[in-house]
Amino acid sequence: MSELVELFARFSGQLWTGTVITVQITAVGLLLGFLIGLPTALIRVYGGPWVRWIAVLYTELFRGTPVLVQLFIVYFGLPDLGITLSRLAAAYIAMGLNSGAYQAEYFRGAIQSIGSGQMRAARAIGMSRLKAIRYIILPQALRLVIPAWSNEPVALMKTSAVAFLIAVPDLMGQGKIIAARTYDPITSYLAVAIIYIALVALLMLGLQWLEQRLRIPGTEVEVQRV
Amino acid sequence: MAETLIRVQNLRKIYGDKTVLKDISLDILEGDTVVLIGPSGTGKSTLLRCMNLLTKPDGGSIWFDGEEITAPGVNEDRVRTHIGMVFQDFLLFNHLSALDNVAIGLTKVLGMDKAAATEKALRELDYVGLEEHADKYPGQLSGGQKQRVAIARALAMDPRVMLFDEPTSALDPELIGEVLATMERLSNEGMTMVCVTHEMGFAREVADKIIFMEGGVVVEEGPPQQMFAAAQIPRTREFLGKITELYGDHE
Amino acid sequence: MGSAALPTSANMLNTFLYVAQGLLVALEVIAIALPLGFVLGVLLAILRVYGGRFIAPLVGFYRAVLRGVPPVVLLFLLYFVVAGAVNLSPLWAGALSLGIISSAYQLEIFRGAFGSVSSGQMTAARAIGMNRSKAIRYIILPQALRLAIPPWSNEAATVIKDSSLVYALGVPEILRRAQFVSANTREPFIAFGAAALLYFVMTFVAGRLLDFVENKTAIPGEVGG
Repeated sequence: MSELVELFARFSGQLWTGTVITVQITAVGLLLGFLIGLPTALIRVYGGPWVRWIAVLYTELFRGTPVLVQLFIVYFGLPDLGITLSRLAAAYIAMGLNSGAYQAEYFRGAIQSIGSGQMRAARAIGMSRLKAIRYIILPQALRLVIPAWSNEPVALMKTSAVAFLIAVPDLMGQGKIIAARTYDPITSYLAVAIIYIALVALLMLGLQWLEQRLRIPGTEVEVQRV
Repeated sequence: MAETLIRVQNLRKIYGDKTVLKDISLDILEGDTVVLIGPSGTGKSTLLRCMNLLTKPDGGSIWFDGEEITAPGVNEDRVRTHIGMVFQDFLLFNHLSALDNVAIGLTKVLGMDKAAATEKALRELDYVGLEEHADKYPGQLSGGQKQRVAIARALAMDPRVMLFDEPTSALDPELIGEVLATMERLSNEGMTMVCVTHEMGFAREVADKIIFMEGGVVVEEGPPQQMFAAAQIPRTREFLGKITELYGDHE
Repeated sequence: MGSAALPTSANMLNTFLYVAQGLLVALEVIAIALPLGFVLGVLLAILRVYGGRFIAPLVGFYRAVLRGVPPVVLLFLLYFVVAGAVNLSPLWAGALSLGIISSAYQLEIFRGAFGSVSSGQMTAARAIGMNRSKAIRYIILPQALRLAIPPWSNEAATVIKDSSLVYALGVPEILRRAQFVSANTREPFIAFGAAALLYFVMTFVAGRLLDFVENKTAIPGEVGG
């Protein structure tokens, strides 16, 4: 127990740096995932057969393969195509692509549950498809998706830990360094685990708060919290 | 002189701040068919569930076949093998066929071997007129059929008494008849029955005794002819009058 | 590392075959982790739902800890804890850890499934004289397991993918072999592409298999369960 406290005190700087990087990767990955996932979902629901096929391929591939493999392909593969990448950038891209596939599924579910009636009503007053999506479907879908979507930031934060395997100095990466310095892997990784638990708890509280603020009265949806 | 099979003494049951059963005392004689009537929410179902210990009373005692079943240390599971219960929402085991629904108590509770259990289960299903549907699943049966399977399931355990908790309330009107017919047959063959029901026709024709409950107590009890024609207490007359008007005479 | 010859030229087939030899190792890890997670998950779900006032929060704590930490962190932690006490190969340590982690997620799945089985089923079971454990075993559990198949299918896919994490413990499974080849042939896309393909096939096959099981165990007459 006392070794744990000692470790926290001695390596607080490194642990903090690692935490910051983990949060960074999560945030950037989440944002990228949103920017990729939402259009993908829209394409899957409203797109023509060829584009839709690409969207399906993307989501199936990135949800059906391990994130670690995806990370390695990005980090080791892209330089081959002439794109040089820092480790952190590779992590951002891999997490973004991975999260995008999962977010696409969440959004697709929400859009589809809005029901075709809304689209029909919008077209009936003369809106183009694009306008209908933008002003009628999306506002509802984005509100509806919140309970299910809020599984994603937590999942992504936990997923991001694999970045240390390409020597990104995130929280887990710091843990590895500290373990090497102290020759005490158990206490080191225990410290890392505790910080993750705290981060996840904070994240969950934040998401709950967000959910409360954005709720539309009368549209409570029962969703399985994963 | 018929034996008292169930004796309820000063039973009390409280839910939160509501006293559902205040002070219930009654006797069920062996071979009798007793119908419990009264306004909704007056604890009739609760009383029934206390009788087979699905609900624990907060006061008073219940005696079954001379044994106090509300005493501490009583094996409730054993008691429940002698008391059959039929529920308003049938509660058939969804993952089992009609046959297996009836047989499972025989094999897993009474330890019968599979062949004997299957044979007995088929006999019980035949009794309620559903032998040909033995391999059907609850999802494939009508409400009336489901309830008759439920009756067969309870009968298979060879209970001393059958408790019916509003057995026809969840059924479409056309399906009520088949269930009541089964219940009447049981009654005529001498089964001891306690029924909570609104079916006044059944009460009038089949019951040996009618007990009127309200406000957590027994208001009045007596044979059907007496209760329907000349109940002593005004409230009883009032209730019986209204409910006969509403539900009519089912035969 | 392994019995196949190490490819030095960009020969796709050779690369694939080399990487594919890690498949057996990966399957070994999954074959340990998934059933372990299942047995623990069902038991813990029963404890959580039927266990009473003192046990339920303990299970809740177990769940919160195992789900609040990234799997790879837990993998390392459990590996070192276990390696200190017992002499286990990295494969076994990794697989057991993955199984324990999965049990926390499977526990939620089964808990939800138990909740979906209506309480009336327990009542009816007690009414014919079954005690609690018989009722759980013969009435509740069969129905709950059927309801659990779709979400369990997701969890199985997750375990299959997370098996790649034992890479971090040095286990010579698919990903490690792919990395080795990639470094040697300087053809990362082919090497990791092969790895990705293998994992994808595993998750795909698992999904179809479970669809088959779901159809086979469906209760006639039930519309969508």
